[in-house]
Parts: sequence; C-alpha cells; structure tokens
Amino acid sequence: MLISRLLDHEKGGWAFLAVLLAAIVVVPIANLLIPEDSVFHLSTYMVTLLGKYLCYALLAIALDLVWGYCGILSLGHGAFFALGGYAMGMYLMRQVGSRGVYGHPELPDFMVFLDWDSLPWYWLGFDQFWFAMLMVMLVPGLLAFVFGWLAFRSRVSGVYLSIMTQALTYALMLAFFRNEMGFGGNNGLTDFKDILGSSLQTDFTRIVLFVSSAVALAAGYLLCRYIVTSKLGRVVTAVRDAEARTRFIGYRVEFYQVWIFTVSAVIAGIAGALYVPQVGIINPSEFQPLNSIELVVWVALGGRGTLYGAALGAGLVNYVKTILTGALPEIWLFVLGTLFVVVTVFLPKGVVGVWHQLRSRGTHD
Amino acid sequence: MVLSLACLLTLSVSADDAFTTAVNGLKTRSFADKYVAASQIAATSHPRADVVLNALLSGNLFTQRRSDLVVIATSLDKKGYRLIDAISGESLGEVGRRGAKKISVNNGLRRQLRGLIAGRQLSHEDSRLRLEAVEAIASSGDKALRSVLINRRLVEQQVAVREAIDIALVVFDLDVDDNLIRLAAIKASSDNLHPTVRVKLTNIANDQSVSTDVRSAASEALVNLETLSKRYQMVETFFFGLSLGSILVLAAIGLSITFGVMGVINMAHGELIMIGAYTTYVVQILFPGAIEYSLLIAVPAAFCVSGLVGIVIERSVIQFLYGRPLETLLATFGVSLILQQAVRSLFSPLNRTVLTPQWMSGSLEIAQGLSITYNRFYIFFFALLVFAALLLILQRTRLGLEVRAVTQNRSMAKAMGIRSTRVDIMTFGLGAGIAGVAGVALSQLTNVGPNLGQGYIVDSFMVVVFGGVGNLWGTLVAGLSLGVVNKFIEPAAGAVMAKILVLVFIILFIQKRPRGLFPQKGRAVED
Amino acid sequence: MFGINYEVGVPMIDNDVARQNNVVDSRPDAVQNRFGFLSKPPSREELVTNNGIILYLEDVTLSFDGFKALSDLTLYVEVGELRCIIGPNGAGKTTLMDVITGKTRPDSGSAFYGQTIDLLQMSEPQIATLGIGRKFQKPTVFEQHSVLENLELAMKSDKRVWVSLFKQLTGQEKDRIEEVLNLIGLTDFPRKMAGSLSHGQKQWLEIGMLLMQDPLLLLVDEPVAGMTQQESEATAELLTSLAGEHSVVVVEHDMEFVRSIARQVTVLHEGSVLAEGAFDVVQEDPIVREVYLGSS
Repeated sequence: MLISRLLDHEKGGWAFLAVLLAAIVVVPIANLLIPEDSVFHLSTYMVTLLGKYLCYALLAIALDLVWGYCGILSLGHGAFFALGGYAMGMYLMRQVGSRGVYGHPELPDFMVFLDWDSLPWYWLGFDQFWFAMLMVMLVPGLLAFVFGWLAFRSRVSGVYLSIMTQALTYALMLAFFRNEMGFGGNNGLTDFKDILGSSLQTDFTRIVLFVSSAVALAAGYLLCRYIVTSKLGRVVTAVRDAEARTRFIGYRVEFYQVWIFTVSAVIAGIAGALYVPQVGIINPSEFQPLNSIELVVWVALGGRGTLYGAALGAGLVNYVKTILTGALPEIWLFVLGTLFVVVTVFLPKGVVGVWHQLRSRGTHD
Repeated sequence: MVLSLACLLTLSVSADDAFTTAVNGLKTRSFADKYVAASQIAATSHPRADVVLNALLSGNLFTQRRSDLVVIATSLDKKGYRLIDAISGESLGEVGRRGAKKISVNNGLRRQLRGLIAGRQLSHEDSRLRLEAVEAIASSGDKALRSVLINRRLVEQQVAVREAIDIALVVFDLDVDDNLIRLAAIKASSDNLHPTVRVKLTNIANDQSVSTDVRSAASEALVNLETLSKRYQMVETFFFGLSLGSILVLAAIGLSITFGVMGVINMAHGELIMIGAYTTYVVQILFPGAIEYSLLIAVPAAFCVSGLVGIVIERSVIQFLYGRPLETLLATFGVSLILQQAVRSLFSPLNRTVLTPQWMSGSLEIAQGLSITYNRFYIFFFALLVFAALLLILQRTRLGLEVRAVTQNRSMAKAMGIRSTRVDIMTFGLGAGIAGVAGVALSQLTNVGPNLGQGYIVDSFMVVVFGGVGNLWGTLVAGLSLGVVNKFIEPAAGAVMAKILVLVFIILFIQKRPRGLFPQKGRAVED
Repeated sequence: MFGINYEVGVPMIDNDVARQNNVVDSRPDAVQNRFGFLSKPPSREELVTNNGIILYLEDVTLSFDGFKALSDLTLYVEVGELRCIIGPNGAGKTTLMDVITGKTRPDSGSAFYGQTIDLLQMSEPQIATLGIGRKFQKPTVFEQHSVLENLELAMKSDKRVWVSLFKQLTGQEKDRIEEVLNLIGLTDFPRKMAGSLSHGQKQWLEIGMLLMQDPLLLLVDEPVAGMTQQESEATAELLTSLAGEHSVVVVEHDMEFVRSIARQVTVLHEGSVLAEGAFDVVQEDPIVREVYLGSS
C-alpha cells in the first residue's frame, strides 16, 4: 500500500522492483537446484558477479539521491562505499581468528607481519557482527555529516564542493595506503574465511549474500523513493533549482543538504559492506578518485533524478566493463571516456530520459 | 751534455726501478706494508702509477700464479680473467679462475688509497679535479698527505682551491697533539659543515685524554655547527618548498585561466601536462644530437602541441557545455581517460626516459653544506617567467583585454562586439599551452608516463581553489605557499602524511573562506 | 491603526514590550541561533511599538571593492504601510533588500525588526521565519515543482528537516492554499509545472508564495516588470489590498505603477535617501527631478 503510493506514476520503478523480485526467486533456484550440466544452471561466479552489480546499483542510487535530487555532485562517494567496505572487512578479518598464515589468535596477519603486539583500539568490537554493521553505517555517515556540515554551512557548493569531495577521497586513499593506519596498507584486507559462522566459499553463502544485496537494493530504492516524494524531497529539489529562494521562504538549506548527504553516505556504506564479502577483498584503490567519478557516469548514463535509472546505468556500464576488460582491455578506457563525453553532451537525461522522450513522441503521433 | 743525458737516463731508470719495486711490494700480506708500497708508487712520477693505484682500489689488481707478476685483471664472467701486466701495460692473455689471485684491500687501506690518488690528482691541471682531490684528502684523514697539501698550497694559483686547502689543513690540525694548534683549529672550523670536521670534533669532545678546555671548545663548536646546519636545512627546505610550489604554480596556472575566465573545469588539464612532457621526449628522439638545446625546442613545441589539443577539446566538447561547469567537469574527465589511453597505446604504458641537459644537472653550492640542484633552480625561475609572461598577456594585449571583459560580463562583452567564441578558443588554447610548458618542466623532475597528469590534477585544483578562482596572483601565492608548507611538514610527518594534512587544511580553509585567499568581490560574483 | 497615546503609553507599553521580548530573548542565544526554528516568530503585537514602526534601518553603509552601494542609509517603515522605493539604476535598491533579508551584511549601521530583533544577527531563513518575505527582481519560483507544491513549500509551517520528512497536508492547509490560488488567479492549473507558466503568472505565483508565508513585512522587487497593462493593474490592486494587514515595501521602476499605488515614496540615490514623502510632493522636488524623474 505504502509501496503503491511511493510508486504512483512510476512505471519504471514497478518494473525495477519486479526485476529484483524475479532475480531473488530465479537466481537461487538456477544456482542451487538446477543441476550444473543444465543450460539453465547459473554458475556461482555469475551469482557473485550479479551480486556485485547489485551493490554498485545501490551505490548509484545513493549518489543519485544527492546529485539528481539535491544537485550536489559528489566526486567522493566511492569513499563512503569503501569505508562501509572496510568496516565489513574488519569484521571478516576478526572472524579469521587463528586460521591466518601466522596463526595469531587475535591479530590479523598484516599486523603480525608489522610486529604489532596488540589490536589498535579502533579494531575493538569488530568481532561482533552487530557492532560492525553499526559501524558500516556510522562511519560513512559521520564523515559525511562532519564534512557536509562544514561545507554546506559555509555554502560551499557546485564545482567547489565537487572538487572538495574529490580531495576528500584522495586524502583518504593516501591515508589508507599507509601501513601505520592499521588497515593493511597497500594490500588492504583480504583472505576472509567466513561470515556469521558460515564459510564464504560455499554456494549457499553466496546466494544468501546475493539475496541480501537484492533486498538491500529494493529497500534502498524504496527508502529513497519515500524521501524524494515527501515534503523533504520537494524542499531538497527546491534547493537544487533555486537555493536562494528556498532560504528566503525560511528553510535552513544547509540542514537539508547535510541530511540528504549523510543519508546518501550511509546507503553507500551499506552497499560497500555487501560488496566486500562477495569480492573477497577491500583495499585503498577503492578510494581512487577514478572510482568515484566513474560512478557518476553510471548515474548520468542511466538518467539522473530517476533512481531506478541510476541502478540501470550502474548495471549497464559494469556489464560492458566486465566484457571489455576481459576481451579488449585497452579499449575499455576509450569506451568509458567516450561515454562521459557522449552522455554529458548528448544525453543529459540519460537512457531513461531518451526512453521517456521516445514514448511521449509515440503517444503524440 | 752526454753526461747529463746519461744522468737523466739513470734517473729515469732508477725511477722505473722504484716503481717496479713498489708495485711488487704490494704482494705482501700485511695491509700496513701494502700501504707503504702504495705510498711509494704514489711518490713516483711513473705514468702507470694512477692506473695501478686505481686498480688496487677497485679490487682489480691480482698476481698471476704462474709468473708471480702483478697484473690488472678484468673478469670474464665466470670463465676467468683477461690479464694485463701492471707495470708494463702489456697484455698477458686470458687465464682461468684459478690462474690469478686477488691482492686484497680493506676499508682502512681503501681510505688511504683514495688519499694517495687524491694527492696525485692535486697537481692535475683541471682545477675542478684539484678541488675534488683536496676534498678526498680531507676525508681520508691521512696525516702523511698533510705535507702534500702544504706543498700544493705554496704553488696553487686558484683562490678557491687555496681556500679548500686551508680548510683541509685545519681539519688535519684538529688531530695535532698541541693544545694551542688544536684550539685554533677548532675555532677555525666552527663554521665548517664538512662531515669529517664533525666526526673529529665529536671525537675530541668525547676523548677523556684531551684537556678540558679543548674539549669544551670542541663541544661549543659542535653546538655552533648544529645551529648552522639547522639554519641551512631550513633554507634548503624552504627552497625545496619553493621548488615544489613552482611546479604547482606551473601546473595550476593554466587551470586557473580556464576555470576563472570560462568557468570550465578542465579535468583533462593533467593530461595536457602529460602531453607536454611527451613532447619533450619526442623532441629528444627527433634531435638526438641536440640534447643541450632540446628543452629550448621543447618549450614552444609543447606549448603548440598541448595548445592545439586544447583547442580541439574546446571545439569538439566544451563549446556545447558553457554555463554548465559540472558537465564540463564530467566531459573533460572522459577526455582525460581517452588521452591517457591514447598515449598508452602510442608510446606503451611504460615510463619513458627524458634526458637532462648538462646545464640542468649538478648543483650550485652556495656554502659548505648548502647546495641547490640546478634543475630545481631553473624550474623555479622558469615558473616565475611563465607567470610574468601570462600576466603580461592578460594585462597588456588586446586578447588579455577581451579575456578580462568576457570574464566580467560575457553578454555585455558580446554586445560590445567582442567575438566571445574566438576569445574562448584562444583562452582555452592558452591555458592548455601553458599546461604543455609545465609538462616540459615536469619531464625534468619526474617519470614521464601516461599517468603523469593524474597525480597533479587534484593538487592543481587545490591551488586554484585556495588562491581564489580567476586570480593569477592568488594562484602564485597559493602554489608557492602550499609547496613550502608541504615541505616543512614533511620531515616531521612523512611525505604522504604531509600531503594529507595539506589537503585537510585546504578543505577546512575553504569552509572558512569559500572563495579562496583572494576572492573576487561584488554582487556579480554570486549570480 | 495602532495609534497609541504617546505620553501615557510610553512607560507602560515599553515595559510590556520588554517583558514580551524577554520571553523571546530568555532562550539561550546559541540555541536560538542554531536551531532558530524552535523560537516562535514574534506576534504582530510583539512587533508593534509605541510609534508603530516595524523596520528600522539606521546609517547602513556597505561597499563592494571601494564602490559604495549603500552610504549612511536611514529608513523607517511603519506597520501596515505601503512604501515605494524608487531610484535610478545602481542607487542601491536591491542591495537594500539584500541587507534586510540577511543575504548581505553591511559594513556598519543597524537594522532592527521591531524594536528588539537585530536583523544583522540572523540568517536568511531565520529572517524569513520572523515574517519578512521577499520577492526577487527576476521571478524565482521552483520551476520543477507544480504550482501547488510551490505554495506548499512556501507555507508558514514547521520547516525542520525531520518534520518535513513525515509531513502531510492538513485540510486547513489545503484550504489556505486554495485561498491563495484564488487570490493570485491560478486556480485553473494547480498541477502545472511552475516552469511552464508565463512570465506574469510566475510573478504572481511568487507573490502567492510570499502570502503563504503570512509575513508581516513584504519586500517586493519590481513586481510588474514584464507584465501587461491588465496584469499590472491587477497587481497594483493586490498589493494595495495587502497593505494595512501587512507592511509592503515595493521597489519599482514603472512610474505609472508607483503613482497608482503609492502613498509614501522614498527616493534612493547613490546609496542613501534623497527624498521621502507623498508621491506628488516628491515628484515636484527639484533635486529628485534632476537625478531621476527629469532624466527619465
């Protein structure tokens, strides 16, 4: 009922949810129940790949929430994704226990290697799943809150804000590359064993992770949908279109901006946390400015300000990326570069926008 | 006449004999005896003396087992050695690995050998080699060479060499067992940052057998040296900072123009720098004989190449996106990816070597313990030059006038008959060209590879934002000060941490002054 | 209107006002500033003082890069008054509005709303919630929102973030929107995107948004620019009807329009007040004629 209110006049959203639901049903059956020699069998590799796309889609929706609806082009959303990923990675590292190469009961391998004799304080508590999950949301949220508060309060906006967010993720990347930070330096966190007691290597765990990602994506989509259809959403869009006007009718614009930025960062953090157990590694390269800006092109290609379009864009670009980096790696950057140019110059409303245009032309004829 | 000739002959014969004896004397096991023999070799005027001493120093002096001759051996991988007679220089053919035995040297002997060789070098006609020799003698601490120095001091014509010898003699005096001489020497060397001096002074200060007033004078001198070296370090750090800052200015200044004048966020700016660096590489490939002049050719060449690429970018992409800065950011980022990959495909992903001309290498010694490398020195002035040129263009030319008009009010400028399209093309070309020039400078400092530009884009934007958009002086001040601040934090926090701290500082700074150090004021700015 | 017997009223009412203002001021300053919405906007009575002045601007000076936009400007606006401000380009009219609404801070001088509320200490949203509404020179509405949504956003209500997240329109609020829609003549297309309205309609919508805020003081910058004669007349009628209930300050170039609505006119020139008084009187002022009317 609430859902139908949220998706009023939003056919694309219905279709999107339907696809997700179908995936939740079909993928586990195709992977677990259909025998391997059947054409309908879905390999675990594919399940993981699809799960990865779902996480990217959730990240794209988070970015669309701030960029598409509030006009804040963040070039640092990859940082929130990575922070969520690191929080999950820390939990997974603690789960390794004494099964590491050095067999230390408490310290992860890289700490033993660095001759550390005890866990740094900020690693405490990460052996508890609930605590780690809290941090998955809290750390990116807090960073976004502090950064956003500083930036929006002094009305840093537009291009300046974009550059600042890029500097933020760049600084974090440099920091996480340092061994002294205690997050595994260059290599990051990897060689995970199990999550909540079940091995990450089994098909069943993989399926559970896939389904969780799909559910998180659907929930994230509906949450964002709720936000943008609420009065808060209308205020936020008003800020995007006429910031001064919004101030002069009495809204504390910076509060709204900080709020939406923080919520978006939390969603990005959750996406990162779901991503890490599926790909099995998190390292500082996730903080690369390139990652964050690539994410912008997913949203732009799909259609900013449509939410499901952002998810679609994430899926499309990453599918092409998977294929091209496998077959013709040197072509990939040409394609990505061209995509940036073409989308911004010719498709400002993205694929979804083109689709709407075509359809409305069709009804007019 | 005949007699004198015969006399000379016998003299030279006896000199030869002395040389032969001395060389054979090296075959002893005792290092002390080896040193005696080496000193004797150094004392002869035999033309092969230097060769033998150097061979001994570098461990190439052997004895041939069969003939017991002293030989110079070149290793033939694992097969054996090619031998040359040490005394006569005749080839003795090849032998197996067991056919020759090395004359061993230890560190003490090596040090002494360097002194001996330096002593001979002291009378070389090239004054630069003589200076090196004085330096080597001072470092060797070989007392036997003190007299050599004194002798040379009497005949030396060059002031610089004489001064160097005086300093070296003071260093020797530090070891003399006479309190008065020592005190004088300590006093004289209290502003001498030569490492040997410090070692000697520390030894004196810690030596219980030395009288207390000498020891306290030594520790006082040490304190003095410490402050001096700290001061020099500060100067050096400051200079490193300026040098880093000048690179930041070079990288950022083109960006400042396109950002300030056109409101275009050019993310491909780093790649235009990279193209400038590659232009330098290509120039050196095209004119392999003119490395000395390659940079002079590369500067205009890089300006043109990067400028043209910039104009192509402006015409093909940016002209559709004016007034939408965020879109220009994304589109030019795409362009940067394409340019990177293009260079990667064209030149390979590996770094290319760009040679440094002779006049750019080496360093300028300002004082003992304070020297500045020429390449950084020149690049600093080059950055100032580029800045001045740009300022001149913007203040004194028609283009500059039009650019400033368009910056202030695009539609008004249009109404006044300024062809803003042409101004856009020229401005973007100018900004891109300067990026190319920056690339030439960078090619002298870092590796030239496809990723060269990426490393500078975040930094350059920080400089522009910090200085205030559209303000060239702001860019200059911001670039230089960020460079200096970065270098001063570095020793305490490490290079990476320094960078992070500077980034965090700018992020915080922008909160306080969103429009940078030197903001443009007025109502028009906000609309 | 609020005529108060001066001699008798002063001590009593001063105390009264002071006490009421104490209620406002007794909230810790920091809290009030940071969470300005916790404080209730002052009531009409709180703002009305013995001499009935709602806005005090005294010796306001502001310069941009050496250019004096405002110099020693002093201006009082009475409760319920309709005041027109005229002056040549660059006289500082828009800057004056910027100062009142908190967009720009003056270099010196003071700006008080009522007798106790220092506008120079407040942010734009705080000033807006206090009951000062502003219409921009260029019509500024939320183009991607419908007419209805524009009015909803402008409505006087709790504007905190979390409240907005769960906010639903009440019947009373819907009625109010309906009322204003009627007033501004946009009843026929509440669902139309504001961006697709005509220029005049946008001006009206913006005035409607001001009304939704239920302000005590309306600042209206060039309301009839780009309007037809008919629309212009209707606007004049609307603004005159608002005066009395609200204080209205209109900045306008169109002399015909000013003549049709003005009772009190202030002429600005080079950042300060050149003349003030009834339109007819001011119009005859030789200096005014020279700098402004004469040239136009």
